[in-house]
Amino acid sequence: MFLTISTTGDARRPATDLGFLLHKHPDKAQEFSTSTGRAQVFYPEATAERCTAALLLEVDPVALVRSRGQGRGAAPDATLARYVNDRPYAASSLLAVALGQVFRSALRGRCEARPGLAERSLPLTIEVPALPARGGPEEVRRLFEPLGWTVTAEPVPLDGRFPEWGDSRYVRLTLTGTETLATALRQLYVLLPVLDAAKHYWISEEEVDKLLRAGDGWLEPHPERRLIVNRYLARRVALTREALTRLELARLAEADDVEAEELDNAVPEAAESTDDEAARPEPLAVSRRAAILAAVRAAGASRVLDLGCGEGRLVGELLSDRAVTEVVAMDVSVRALRVAARRLRVNRMSERQRARLTLFQGSLMYTDARLAGYDAAVLSEVVEHVDPPRLPALAYAVFGAARPGTVVVTTPNAEYNVRWESLPAGRTRHADHRFEWTRAEFRRWAGEVAELHGYVVEFRPVGDEDPEVGPPTQLALFTRRAAEGRDETREETAA
Amino acid sequence: MTDETTELTVPDLSLVVLVGATGSGKSTFAARHFAPTQVVSSDTCRGLVADDENDQSATPDAFDLLHYIVGKRLAAGRLTVVDATNVQREPRRQLVRLAREHDVLPVAIVLDVEERVCAERNAARAERAHLPGHVLPRQRGELRRGLRGLAREGFRTVHVLRGASEVAAATVALTRRYNDLRHLTGPFDLIGDVHGCRAELETLLVDRLGYALERDAAGRPVGARHPAGRTAVFVGDLVDRGPDSPGVLRLVMGMVAAGTALCVPGNHENKLGRYLAGRKVRLTHGLAETVEQLDAEDGRDPEFRGRVREFVDALVSHYVLDGGRLVVSHAGLPEKYHGRTSGRVRSHALYGETTGETDEFGLPVRYPWAEDYRGRAAVVYGHTPVPKAAWLNNTLCLDTGCVFGGALTALRWPEREVVDTPAERVWYEPVRPLAGPVGVPGGASARPLDLGDVVGRRVVETRHAGRLSVREENAAAALEVMSRFAVDPRLLLHLPPTMAPCATSSEEGYLEHPAEAFAAYRAAGVREVVCEEKHMGSRAVALVCRDAETARKRFDAPDGVRGVVHTRTGRPFFDDTELGNRLLRRLAESVAGAGLWDELATDWLLLDMELMPWSLKAGGLLRTQYAAVGAAAGAVFPGALDALAAAAARGVPVDGLLARQRERAADAAAFTTAYGRYCWPTGGGLDGVRAAPFQLLAGEGRSLAATLPQDEQLALIDRMVAAERDVAHRDPVLTPTRRLFVDTGDDASVAAGTDWWLALTAEGGEGMVVKPRAALPLGPDGRPAQPGVKCRGREYLRIVYGPDYTRPEHLARLRERSLGHKRSLALREYALGLEALDRLAAGEPLWRVHEAVFAVLALESEPVDPRL
Repeated sequence: MFLTISTTGDARRPATDLGFLLHKHPDKAQEFSTSTGRAQVFYPEATAERCTAALLLEVDPVALVRSRGQGRGAAPDATLARYVNDRPYAASSLLAVALGQVFRSALRGRCEARPGLAERSLPLTIEVPALPARGGPEEVRRLFEPLGWTVTAEPVPLDGRFPEWGDSRYVRLTLTGTETLATALRQLYVLLPVLDAAKHYWISEEEVDKLLRAGDGWLEPHPERRLIVNRYLARRVALTREALTRLELARLAEADDVEAEELDNAVPEAAESTDDEAARPEPLAVSRRAAILAAVRAAGASRVLDLGCGEGRLVGELLSDRAVTEVVAMDVSVRALRVAARRLRVNRMSERQRARLTLFQGSLMYTDARLAGYDAAVLSEVVEHVDPPRLPALAYAVFGAARPGTVVVTTPNAEYNVRWESLPAGRTRHADHRFEWTRAEFRRWAGEVAELHGYVVEFRPVGDEDPEVGPPTQLALFTRRAAEGRDETREETAA
Repeated sequence: MTDETTELTVPDLSLVVLVGATGSGKSTFAARHFAPTQVVSSDTCRGLVADDENDQSATPDAFDLLHYIVGKRLAAGRLTVVDATNVQREPRRQLVRLAREHDVLPVAIVLDVEERVCAERNAARAERAHLPGHVLPRQRGELRRGLRGLAREGFRTVHVLRGASEVAAATVALTRRYNDLRHLTGPFDLIGDVHGCRAELETLLVDRLGYALERDAAGRPVGARHPAGRTAVFVGDLVDRGPDSPGVLRLVMGMVAAGTALCVPGNHENKLGRYLAGRKVRLTHGLAETVEQLDAEDGRDPEFRGRVREFVDALVSHYVLDGGRLVVSHAGLPEKYHGRTSGRVRSHALYGETTGETDEFGLPVRYPWAEDYRGRAAVVYGHTPVPKAAWLNNTLCLDTGCVFGGALTALRWPEREVVDTPAERVWYEPVRPLAGPVGVPGGASARPLDLGDVVGRRVVETRHAGRLSVREENAAAALEVMSRFAVDPRLLLHLPPTMAPCATSSEEGYLEHPAEAFAAYRAAGVREVVCEEKHMGSRAVALVCRDAETARKRFDAPDGVRGVVHTRTGRPFFDDTELGNRLLRRLAESVAGAGLWDELATDWLLLDMELMPWSLKAGGLLRTQYAAVGAAAGAVFPGALDALAAAAARGVPVDGLLARQRERAADAAAFTTAYGRYCWPTGGGLDGVRAAPFQLLAGEGRSLAATLPQDEQLALIDRMVAAERDVAHRDPVLTPTRRLFVDTGDDASVAAGTDWWLALTAEGGEGMVVKPRAALPLGPDGRPAQPGVKCRGREYLRIVYGPDYTRPEHLARLRERSLGHKRSLALREYALGLEALDRLAAGEPLWRVHEAVFAVLALESEPVDPRL
């Protein structure tokens, strides 16, 4: 982990004043022990004309891992992602912490040796050769340019031997501009972790105060203020979640050489953060829930299954309907259930309200005796998350085994995708969609399922119907047929 | 009063309720005739809840406890004796209800002892000396009044002992329940619903099962005997609908009387019995035909009708046979009813269970008990005509609708062989076509397996490592991955176990070294080991079928699916199904070319292998994880080294720092070299794809993993590799696995093994796996030994432990790794993987295979150092 800060000067205002500002002598190499590793400060050049200070942080990768070791048999319990990682090289939040500690006085704008120097704007060049930036060079510019920096941000290729792999998430950053050193350092202190936005290694209760202090004077007018604040503070949530809920799935992902996010994607990240922040009204989802509720009400259902309840938005609306006496919210994702429980404030529900709701993990890839005997089941935006070869199993579990009187199924209408301006052609609306059906495809599937399992099915549009490509969402309403054919053995028993 | 000994018979599974006033000697009686643990005493329970056996205020709690204990014992099928006064009706009523809840017979033994004797005994006991005077007379009065009503209260056996001397002289004899024929071991021929089809029954017995018929003077069959002494077992419904119910009865009654057959009643016998007893029944469902035939019989054999009535009345509703391995009843029986005796057990045996709901016609809804059945005993039954007899959860329905023109079916036991004889004609028009079979979970009907068989905390019984438990949170993670990402369980028959590395080496510069692997096996008494080259790609399991038809027939695969290639968590290996199919075809050709279909007598093979390159499957991870680290290092070091060099040139003392950064830069470069070796472009098809099978896991009827030693395994795989090349594919996919056999007891051989590993890893290989040559290696304690340990190369380990793990200060700390949990996990997963294969080979139901496979996946989510 490495960055350099350079300034220029002349005989009257020598560049080596940088040493006073940083409280580090230009002719020495100084080592500091910081909370994240050994920091070295040295000056590759130090003349009156030009002076460069370099900060090199060596983190101990073994210690980084060991300090987190909580596993059984004294083995560190974590995922491999923590062991082979970019922390020793990339200018991440660890470097920001070291920066804050090594240049504490400079950051605060104190310089007793040269009073007045700290307030002076200097011509500065800051180089960060490996800056992790998930948002790419574009985002780097969006964050630094409004602060008056001239930004050069070149993407670093992943591996020259495999050009097809493209660029890495690192950029080689050069900032040039005129600024007080204190402000420049405080901007780096905040923006390095904001750009990294990925994995963090410490939690602190005082992050808000730190942000306010470090952002004093430049954060308030920044056009990306909202992004900066959210990212800077969001990491605490992210870390907590990572530590508490993802490990079982992360281990399975690791056993299979895939990233944890590839398996643990049942709930969008946004749902995890704050309840109300993410609750931006989404017109289609609102009308979808309204259509589902209308169908459930019309069926006169009082005991309802929400199969694949996700974050539990529909559950909340079902519960607020007095005609509904019992809601079973099921999802295969434990994470989804936790989010749903939190969103629905299950812990704070009255006893009576709580008694109407059951949340449990389950799967439509298996039959489940707990699901039998209900009036209605809702599968809202569920089928498209199932691999097509396994759909017959889902159909059997719902229509053949659970056999509720009414089943409501909604799924995207693939034809409508051409109307989404932001959706590239041929792409699905969600990365986990295994398919998206046209109206004809959905009708064929629903018709076959109804025929096989003794239901009648009708179809309804959800959302504004386009004359050409139909509605954005399609809904199928299945109603169980009165049983036909008499089982001879039953007659025997009755006789 | 009499001095004669009275023998009291008590069924060996019953609830014995002692009835008698205080001081009548119940506890003494119980202690003399029953084991202490069989007796549950209200006094003891009072003591347990109140520290005082005579604290009457504790009575309600004491009886709650007593009922709880009794319930637990009865649920477990244990004879239980209740030692309480039980002179009042209410406590007895509660006990009768408890007995019925657990389907055991309630038995009353009344100790009607003279009041004087009771009073004397109470006086002799300090704690009862102050018993109020009115208590005894009241208790005796209640007892006397209740005596006559005991049978009506539900006690199936009532023994009354009058007077102290009779009590003293009585003995207790345990009798076997009628349904308990566990001591009969057959072999048996179980025969489905005959329904008056005498001709088909004769054909089945003689031609298909090898019985010899015995005929009376008129030439009618009156018995049958198997030369090898086999016993026929009829599952009921001998009569009604068909052409000759009296003829069938005559034959079966003769066989039962001669001891060559057993018979349980069907609902049709039950109804016939009621008709013969003069009760009013509707002559429907073919009873009219039987009545007509019996009327005709009266002229020839007037006694026959009476003999039928006796026969039907004496039938026992179900039998437990062959050491408890086989249960026979007409309409099937859930496990909790096996060997039990109650009205509802009989009702289930005759009619099956109903849910208590009625359908829209007002008819009771049948409960599909067999779908829930998870018992170890096979249940063989009839009652519901099905097109073909098929095992479902270890239950088998033998009613294949002979009278409706189907077939008469029999099961040979213990051979488990199904034989049948077709109906000669349609004897009775079915009201509607035979119902299709109940969809077998995981069968062709798309009926999935049941959640109850996988979720929650589970214990899986394994042949090789006993009971292995799965924790709830691990099962929950496995459920998510299995449901959202895995292939169809019908094709997911094995997941590869994890493997432990060899013990940590103290060799300078090395974390892992083969010397440790050889030493460990030598210490475990395993001399013959094979070192197998470890391919670095992605693990894959392939189910290779001879063709799609085999896949459909054997695994109920959907149309056109000829097998599957999946990853170590059960996900499809290829996003592109066609690419997977091309690999499967190539594998099938190689198996055919090597002649293995015939040699192993199978139409399918399950293969464990490594698919390369690593970048084929792990491309995403390589880019975001490994290449990213390399990119960051590559970007940071040139500038940092230049800056340090410039500082050094100015005379700043940074030499040590510079040298260290140069080493780190070199380590980072070595890291990118290390992962780069396992990456190469593939052309989208099979171009550039390499498959290295290293184990044949199973074929039809055989777990090859458990029976074929490693050297033979590899020899067969070599033939597959050669066969593919013989077909002259321009770009062969199959890759051989290099190996070296080592004798762990021979130093020269061990040294050769070490050299081999050094050469292998020097040329960029991942390393090797050391496995015992034997198929099922056992350690000196007789428990399974590690089935293999991996020795990974020094350079390869950079990918695992980080670019600069070889720096002495890092290596020293990394050596403090703990292998215990990983080893235990490897052994448990290995045992579960083998268990899945054994169950598959034994033809067990899919849920049993899936249970073991699922458990492997669940264990993979246990916390363990992922670098091991």
